[in-house]
Amino acid sequence: MRDKGRIIIGLVIFLILITFPVWYNVARGKAGYVPQLEKPATVKQCVRDTSFMKAHHMDLLDEWRDRVVRKGEVMDIDMAGKPVEMSLTRTCLGCHHNREAFCNRCHSYMDVSPYCWDCHVDPKETK
Amino acid sequence: MKLFISLLAVLVLIILPLILVANGGDSIRYLFGVIVPYVGIAVFLFGIIYRVLHWARSPVPFRIVTTCGQQRSLPWIKSSKLENPHTIWGVLGRMLLEVLCFRSLFRNTKVELHEGPKLAYGADKWLWAAGLAFHWSLLIIFLRHFKYFAEPVPYFVTVIQNLDGFFQVGLPILYITDIIVVVALTYIFLRRVFVPQVRYISLPADYFALFLLLGITISGIVVRYFFKTDIVGVKELGTGLLSFHPVVPASIGVSFFIHLFLVSCLLMYFPFSKLMHMGGVFLSPTRNLVNNSRAKRHINPWNYPVKVHTYEEYEDEFREVMRAAGLPLEKE
Ligand code: HEC
Ligand code: HEC
Ligand code: HEC
Repeated sequence: MRDKGRIIIGLVIFLILITFPVWYNVARGKAGYVPQLEKPATVKQCVRDTSFMKAHHMDLLDEWRDRVVRKGEVMDIDMAGKPVEMSLTRTCLGCHHNREAFCNRCHSYMDVSPYCWDCHVDPKETK
Repeated sequence: MKLFISLLAVLVLIILPLILVANGGDSIRYLFGVIVPYVGIAVFLFGIIYRVLHWARSPVPFRIVTTCGQQRSLPWIKSSKLENPHTIWGVLGRMLLEVLCFRSLFRNTKVELHEGPKLAYGADKWLWAAGLAFHWSLLIIFLRHFKYFAEPVPYFVTVIQNLDGFFQVGLPILYITDIIVVVALTYIFLRRVFVPQVRYISLPADYFALFLLLGITISGIVVRYFFKTDIVGVKELGTGLLSFHPVVPASIGVSFFIHLFLVSCLLMYFPFSKLMHMGGVFLSPTRNLVNNSRAKRHINPWNYPVKVHTYEEYEDEFREVMRAAGLPLEKE
């Protein structure tokens, strides 16, 4: 007896499973998709450098949250040296009006679902 | 010494992309972002196929029935269905428990010499616990990473990720497996260093695998929590690689290239190292054979029919010479 047949079946199953993303992408046909974000029309600059915002916006929000809730501060300074209110709803969504076409579009691509909106409001949604 | 050689090897693997990518141009980024990962994936897949097909050529002549359970014989003698299975379902059960729960490792014991002298055997579950914690965390982390390769993100990945971040600690949310995997690996490493018997039998390859895995997990943690880069670009790279339209976005930072390079090295190292126990565990003869020797005849494939040369034939062949030498003959 040799177990060649069974071993090869096992090997094929393993190869199918390990290459899952490859054929999944082919089946869904969206591998080249990159989210197109709706950027604010009137302003050109975020509260920080764009490359910083891309990687660190959650850190900034975390910092703001701590400063407001724990230290009782209200204002921060933005890139241009102008004061901005440290507020998730009023500041971030004040420029990025359409959360669906900005935050969420990128987040669903990256599979993140911040729980902030359990409490914080998106003025668009409550309307 | 063995330890430091392995440590040095992994440090070189970390420093190489650190220096080259930080100072190199687009072609270096393409090398580390596209070519090395492709080579890694190819070596991994073909290496595994090669190793497993090589194993598959081995004959399986007999059943190994000396496992720790009563074999099935007469109906009124209770047999151990899991320890000594006589059906394919029993074998499946034994195999699943082995692969998912590391049952053999659970039986790990330690021997101690006490005053007297008295020899004592005791249970030693730490290695089992750390091994299980490490392997399960690694599986969860591996599955979580599918989100960087598949678009739209499959549902099961989201579920796993949400469970992993269940406690919602910190921002970005801390994954529990990130901690477990490092703690478990550290334990397994320290055990190798501090238990004299284990240190004595440890080879550079044993340390290298551990350092490489530690390097990968720690560099991954660094990318996620400390030296963050544009992860959206990372996903573009990931999906690009696996749909064969590779792009290397300029916004990806060095910290990610270190992580990617270590993973590529693991992929290349995997098929030719002890890490192949991933496939090997399924081929353990004491785990995967149905013990039905009493019910079914197993014929050895390689020595049937056997060519034999009997004494009678031997005597026929050399009769004259033997008689001349005065040797006793059975047939005159
Ligand atoms: C003053 C208006 C303004 C405010 C307030 C603002 N943003 Fe922006 N943000 C922008 C603009 C404009 C861009 C596009 C910059 C560019 O394309 O270079 C941008 C870019 C970004 C990006 C990068 C998107 C990408 O991939 O190109 C992120 C992430 C982001 N903002 C998040 C936030 C968060 C989080 C807040 C709240 C802390 C916030 N923004 C507050 C105007 C603003
Ligand atoms: C349990 C409900 C809850 C959740 C969940 C929550 N917050 Fe808040 N957050 C609050 C409350 C209440 C305040 C107001 C505190 C105050 O004004 O003193 C606040 C204040 C803030 C502030 C400063 C004030 C403002 O207007 O924005 C920031 C920034 C902030 N949260 C960010 C976040 C982020 C980011 C998340 C998600 C990671 C989040 N919060 C999740 C309840 C919540
Ligand atoms: C360019 C893509 C992009 C855009 C646009 C974007 N985010 Fe994010 N965001 C991310 C990524 C990627 C992460 C996850 C980082 C990680 O997992 O390490 C993230 C994480 C977060 C987190 C932490 C959540 C967690 O569970 O870890 C918060 C809070 C957050 N984003 C808020 C926002 C808000 C508010 C906006 C809109 C103003 C926004 N983001 C826009 C990419 C984006």
